[in-house]
Amino acid sequence: MPAKPKIHRFDTLALHAGARPDPATGARATPIYQTSSFVFPDADHAAALFNMERAGHVYSRLSNPTCAVLEERVAALEGGVGAIATASGQAALHLAIATLLSAGAHIVASRSLYGGSHNLLDYTLPRFGIRTTFVDPRDLDAWRRAIRPETRMLFGETLGNPALEVLDIPRVSELAHEHGLPLVVDSTFTTPWLMRPFDHGADIVFHSATKFLSGHGVVIGGVLVDSGRFDFGSERARTLFPTLGAPYAGFHDMVFAEESSTAPFLLRARREGVRDFGACMAPMTAFQILQGIETLPVRMARHVENTRAIVAYLREQPLVAAIGYPELPGHPDHALAQRLLPRGCGSVFSFNLRATREQGRKFIEALRVFSHLANVGDAKSLVIHPASTTHFRMSAEDLLKAGVTEGTIRLSIGLEDPSDLIEDLGRALYAAGKG
Amino acid sequence: MHLDVGGRAVYAYTGSRGFDAAQPTVMFVHGAANDHSVFALQSRYFAWHGMNVLAVDTPGHGRSEGDALPSVEAIADWLAAVMKAASISRMRLVGHSLGALAALECAGRYPEAIERLALLGPAVPMTVSDDLLAAAAANDHVAYELINGWSFSAAGFLGGNPVPGMWMPGNAMRLMERTRDGVLSNDLLACHRYANGLAAAAAVRCRTLAVIGARDIMAPPRNAQALCAALPDVEAVTFPETGHALMAERPGDVLDALRRFL
Repeated sequence: MPAKPKIHRFDTLALHAGARPDPATGARATPIYQTSSFVFPDADHAAALFNMERAGHVYSRLSNPTCAVLEERVAALEGGVGAIATASGQAALHLAIATLLSAGAHIVASRSLYGGSHNLLDYTLPRFGIRTTFVDPRDLDAWRRAIRPETRMLFGETLGNPALEVLDIPRVSELAHEHGLPLVVDSTFTTPWLMRPFDHGADIVFHSATKFLSGHGVVIGGVLVDSGRFDFGSERARTLFPTLGAPYAGFHDMVFAEESSTAPFLLRARREGVRDFGACMAPMTAFQILQGIETLPVRMARHVENTRAIVAYLREQPLVAAIGYPELPGHPDHALAQRLLPRGCGSVFSFNLRATREQGRKFIEALRVFSHLANVGDAKSLVIHPASTTHFRMSAEDLLKAGVTEGTIRLSIGLEDPSDLIEDLGRALYAAGKG
Repeated sequence: MHLDVGGRAVYAYTGSRGFDAAQPTVMFVHGAANDHSVFALQSRYFAWHGMNVLAVDTPGHGRSEGDALPSVEAIADWLAAVMKAASISRMRLVGHSLGALAALECAGRYPEAIERLALLGPAVPMTVSDDLLAAAAANDHVAYELINGWSFSAAGFLGGNPVPGMWMPGNAMRLMERTRDGVLSNDLLACHRYANGLAAAAAVRCRTLAVIGARDIMAPPRNAQALCAALPDVEAVTFPETGHALMAERPGDVLDALRRFL
């Protein structure tokens, strides 16, 4: 019988990757190493830790054993070489940009982004000399036209916000690589259980771990993962990305792309970005996210199952004008979703009521099981009415430009019994329908 | 730094340090389908502790030009040529896996040039399974998967490694995937066909350190013991619950063993 490779599958990695029973106590759960710093055995050992001659922990801003378990686990689940846990998903995106780009650089990004990411790219980074061109994520020619000599990365979300455009990672990454650029992907909505962007050509992935990775909605955190595939040591890359290919005075003239063939990005991100910007994760947060990841496979399956039941129900309701969910045949990315997201398209989606802004408000207020708040990816079902909350200053005309109507409702389907969710939605539809 | 060896550019990692002729030199030689970066921590340590470091990429690997060398003997002669190109007459030599066989052969061929010899994950013979050879010959990704699965201990294959944030099985896989088609097959055949190990061991004149992983499947400990029995002056260190990926699983312990020895 031919030899078979030894592998560990997703569900096993979700429980075990990166962790071992605690050598000091035998504790099976990953301990919370709630300490700011770590004792050096001797002066030589201390110097070696600081100079990257030895592996280990120095100070919890740079690394921490509990956070390291989370980092390894997410890297294993994504199929990457390593990861860095950050204070939030926003901190992870900022760390990626700050590690690769300097003043004068340019980003090409999908225009269908989480609002926080859009704010960072459109309003904040230009103050630091980094500009972004936003493009229709479905228009490959627009991506191509937007690339300039100073472009240093392409960026999109696996599922766009709010219309759930499916990012064509194989084609966008191919375009990026033709220009010697990495593709950075926000994979928060899909998690590695639904899709591993590295398998399709993405180079760097990040998550808001606050969402599905945790599931419990009790922490804020992010994770930045490196595929290790982008060759930052190539001649062209060393020119485009001097932060990785040229000597760094801030670390004894280390050339990160020579130090590590596969992970120079992570080296610089930790040795400079986390060190200097300091947006690290607390060990308690890492522990809580790890508790969530242990059940990620079963939760994601249930999220998708419940979402399909809700979508099927809403399709039958006269007051529902349209549902934006890529599993539906009418969605513009239906075929792409079937290819890239065979396990499902997640549990966050929007639908439009045939209703006024006031009717939308009544719909929200009639819900009893759904929680009205600005988050997604919780075990509990969540709802928001953009026209009366996040987009309340916009006119009806401006709302349409943003892909939102006065009757748009965004749902994040949780793990409750779907019958209870359907009853809740039925009550709200009745209330909205009464006008 | 880059050296010219036979008209081909050779890359050697130096720990971002210049070359000091007054210092001893230690050369690190990687294994099949790997490059200098597998010794990142250890080589950097010695570069900052009074030694010149040459962590080489052998031809066809990493940043070095040329085709992969077809035999252990050819790599051994090439190591001597690198030494000459660097204008040094004596050095300490550290090799891992295929690199350990090449270091052994080099020390046997050029005993006057090798001051200390450290063999990490050695075995004589270092036979390779037919399935792995066939997969590598077909440039089938399964070859990398077989190696990765056999190179880590059971615990190490689930992570928990000492380098914060690094998923070493993924890192090892990505490093192998970077090699060109045919390189892994070439390297594995070089290991498989090498028959001069015991004769080379008998010709070694310097002290030797053998670092062995008790759970090594790629280079079984019993074959390392056979090699040690043939070496004239050897110290063997066995790490429990450790596979072939010694520097990934126990970077600090490997460094400490080298520090004591070199």
